[in-house]
Amino acid sequence: MQAIQLHQPASLADAAKLRSGNDDARFLAGGQSLLAAMKLGLNSATDLINLAALPDLAGIKVDGNRIVIGAMTRHADVAANADVKRLIPALAVLAGSIGDRQVRNVGTLGGSIANADPASDYPAAVVGLGATVRTNQREIAADAFFTGLYETALQNGEIITAVSFPVPEKAGYVKFKAPASRFALVGVFVSKGTGGVRVAVTGAAGSVFRAAGVEAALAGNWSAAAAKAVKLSADNLNSDLHATAEYRAHLIPVLASRAVTAAG
Amino acid sequence: MKADGIGARVTRKEDHRFLTGNGQYTDDISLPRQTYAAFVRSPHAHAKINGVDSASAAAMPGVVAIFTGKDIAASGIGGLPCGWLIHSKDGTPMKEPPHHILAVDKARYVGDQVAVVIAETLEQARAAAEAVSVDYDVLPAVVDTATASKAKASVHDAAADNVCYVWGHGDAAAVDKAIASAHHVSSLDIVNNRLAPNAIEPRAANAAYDKSSDSYTLYVSNQNPHVERLLMCAFVLGIPEHKMRVIAPDVGGGFGSKIFLYAEETVLVWASKRVGRPIKWTADRMEAFLSDAHGRDHVTNVQLAMDANGKFTGMKVTTTANVGAYLSTFASSVPTILYATLLAGQYTTPAIYAEVTAVFTNTSPVDAYRGAGRPEATYVVERIVETAARDMKLDPAEIRRRNFITTFPYATPVGLTYDIGDYPACLDKALKLADYAGFPARQAEAKTRGKLRGIGLSSYIEACGLAPSNVAGALGARAGLFEAGEVRVHPTGKVTVFTGSHSHGQGHETTFAQVVADKLGIPIDDVDIQHGDTGKVLFGMGTYGSRSLAVGGSAIFKAVDKVIAKGKKIAAHLLEAADTDIEFKDGVFKVAGTDKNVPFANVALTAYVPHNYPLDKLEPGLNENAFYDPTNFTYPAGTHICEVEVDPDTGKTQIVNFTAVDDFGNIINPMIVEGQVHGGLAQGIGQALLEGCVYDSESGQLLTATYMDYAMPRADDLPNFQVATHVTPCTHNPLGVKGCGEAGAIGSPAALMNAITHAVGVKDIAMPATSERVWRALQGRA
Repeated sequence: MQAIQLHQPASLADAAKLRSGNDDARFLAGGQSLLAAMKLGLNSATDLINLAALPDLAGIKVDGNRIVIGAMTRHADVAANADVKRLIPALAVLAGSIGDRQVRNVGTLGGSIANADPASDYPAAVVGLGATVRTNQREIAADAFFTGLYETALQNGEIITAVSFPVPEKAGYVKFKAPASRFALVGVFVSKGTGGVRVAVTGAAGSVFRAAGVEAALAGNWSAAAAKAVKLSADNLNSDLHATAEYRAHLIPVLASRAVTAAG
Repeated sequence: MKADGIGARVTRKEDHRFLTGNGQYTDDISLPRQTYAAFVRSPHAHAKINGVDSASAAAMPGVVAIFTGKDIAASGIGGLPCGWLIHSKDGTPMKEPPHHILAVDKARYVGDQVAVVIAETLEQARAAAEAVSVDYDVLPAVVDTATASKAKASVHDAAADNVCYVWGHGDAAAVDKAIASAHHVSSLDIVNNRLAPNAIEPRAANAAYDKSSDSYTLYVSNQNPHVERLLMCAFVLGIPEHKMRVIAPDVGGGFGSKIFLYAEETVLVWASKRVGRPIKWTADRMEAFLSDAHGRDHVTNVQLAMDANGKFTGMKVTTTANVGAYLSTFASSVPTILYATLLAGQYTTPAIYAEVTAVFTNTSPVDAYRGAGRPEATYVVERIVETAARDMKLDPAEIRRRNFITTFPYATPVGLTYDIGDYPACLDKALKLADYAGFPARQAEAKTRGKLRGIGLSSYIEACGLAPSNVAGALGARAGLFEAGEVRVHPTGKVTVFTGSHSHGQGHETTFAQVVADKLGIPIDDVDIQHGDTGKVLFGMGTYGSRSLAVGGSAIFKAVDKVIAKGKKIAAHLLEAADTDIEFKDGVFKVAGTDKNVPFANVALTAYVPHNYPLDKLEPGLNENAFYDPTNFTYPAGTHICEVEVDPDTGKTQIVNFTAVDDFGNIINPMIVEGQVHGGLAQGIGQALLEGCVYDSESGQLLTATYMDYAMPRADDLPNFQVATHVTPCTHNPLGVKGCGEAGAIGSPAALMNAITHAVGVKDIAMPATSERVWRALQGRA
């Protein structure tokens, strides 16, 4: 068993400093993916920088026509929040569907999107709502944030502080779970708002992506039938033990249509 | 009925211990000067071992010793035995290549043990195990069941074509004749998918050698400690049996996978004397996936011949069974004796022939798993019967009814004699409970919601209560299959029962206590059941094959009878009456026709304080043993009905109703029986819908070695079960019981797959029927 140094920085600046220059350091933002990976020997971090004690990173605020959720806000708190339920119920549903009760009581929004697991739920909401990711250095648009398999636009030492979600006119999320892991075999988030129609897909490829064909169909006709009628190519989708790319390509319009129905 | 006697829903005596975290499992036991073992396992499915370099690992902190296959071989230790000899149809014995407890020249599956590291702590053992360097030449792997006999590579030199045996059973000529003259022959190609057993407690062992007495103690998570001791002492390590105590304490599930003698605990016992300290090993979950004996893995073609009325006239079954890389303890018997003998099912099919080719592959060994051969047989019979009904345009219930066995005893053409049963009664009860008649209306209603609804039946039979020892011996068993019990009455009338059966979830501590309390007319709290320790229990063959109550319970029953018989003699002396005038009822010995009586506890006290006692005719004490060897198997049977809704857009199947009507003979504790049925159904549904071991076809890597990839059934995958029983008491054991532990897993996969294929309108979908497989079947249907 490998020794690990646990750091408890008092400020964002201290946290960033601990990370810079140490390639074997990782931010601990709930640890529901990181700690499991370390236990399996898939991550050999020597230093963990715990973000839990930093002030002002957790919490949910309504700011005009946006909801701003602190990076260290737990999934359970998002799922139960009255403002989220009132203004973006699909986001509350999504947060309440992540992992299991234990995961939701420890895992955080910032930790989830920084990890950028290709089958996790939050990336679908961030991209599907066209949110803005705030860091200790800048603001990053959702479409520019997720860059690949477990990869994001975050630089070394950059720490997510919050995610700002625009309140949509309508939004819905439907997840088709893989039977073993209960991660999304495919998950589809749809929204319609001032920025137009967005359809984000998780679980189906190396990273969350927007399904342009479904977006075009829904932009012309916001209906379950319009979404379902779209045929998608299986190119660039995942084929693995649990599903072929062809099946995933078939599921995306089906789930998009159900998400439209769920959006009301 | 007594409130805590036979037939009562007594809550389980053992549950307080388990639910409050006070169970004592093997891993909970630590001994003075404890050390810990970690195994170095092959990362390759098939590889030549050129050498093992453990020098740097041996120098790591805390390392006590490292042993390799060469060390074991140098001490003259042979391999693990197979407990059942099968002969090929040409008369040659099965191929039994050596199964070294640490691989010597070759590793033959991913997870095969190559070396063991023993250290002061588990972490040190694991760290050093990672530092052991093994020089492998990777060889081509044999993976696929159906093509193993044609593979270019050989798992064992002794079986160049990878064939262990080709076994035939039944009358081939009669079957060919029936097929040639049939009105119709239904045919089906099916696969019985490979399963990982997944006991919640992984396998574990802790072995200690005591120098002063030159004896060993082995704690092991095991279903049959006496068998473990016999096999390990007599067939592998050459330790005298009286110098070995095997204790299987609380065991968190077995499902068959803990019947077998495994390499790990054998290595631990061997090494414990060398290092002079106790050694503990507990599998982690991935080790369990890799190294527990798997279940099933059959590829089968079945043909069923019928006359114009749908009456079955002959059945031919051709199966290839994957036994994995080595023959595990009972591997050879599962796809033969425990499989082909059940192919008559509940039907009067007059001619049956089965041919089974067992093949070696570079995969984990395959052995008995809940049902062991009988789920495979039921899957073959009940899928082809459903196919026949569809081919003949007969209602699936009707074709079964036309072919049911209705007179008993009934000798099948595959070697068993069913003593009793009432198959139409179980079917009728199930049809009623499932509202079979209302299905078309429910199907039509589902259609309005865009759902495809299907219904499927499975009328299963199993042979349990293993087994008449002489019959088993004639069929190749290398062990007896009786059971032993001891009833020790203490001076105050309290009772300790020692049984050779082993409880690892079945609830024996309650069920067996109910039997004894009922017979002796004493409160259930006055009876304790002890099991799982060769130092306490006189002998035992253990728990598997739904045998505990039918065989182990019968041994206890016989011992209680002996206690009562002796008690009558003591009572006769106390009451100054003849032995023959004493009656025993409700815990009281009484002179018939009088009110002269003496309670059980007084008789017990007299036996141990024999002041007023017939010492000239009778020994003091009240303690009786019995061995019970059954005269026949028992034949639990029943009908399961499954109703599903398939979502055509995604292929997802939802089980909307599951009904099981089972005939287990007499029921001791209905609550425990229902629990056993529920658990079995969950496992059978798991097999049909979710579970399946997947190996990479080239590399032989097990791709489903974690719960991220191997889908176990969860509560929300399952419906509320409707379970009921119909009783025809077993005719040949004193309790009239048949066994209930495996029925759920035996009957349910066929019912579920019959329902799904009915909903989708196809002949077959491979198990597990994942959403994608069902969706693909729907695409191809058009």
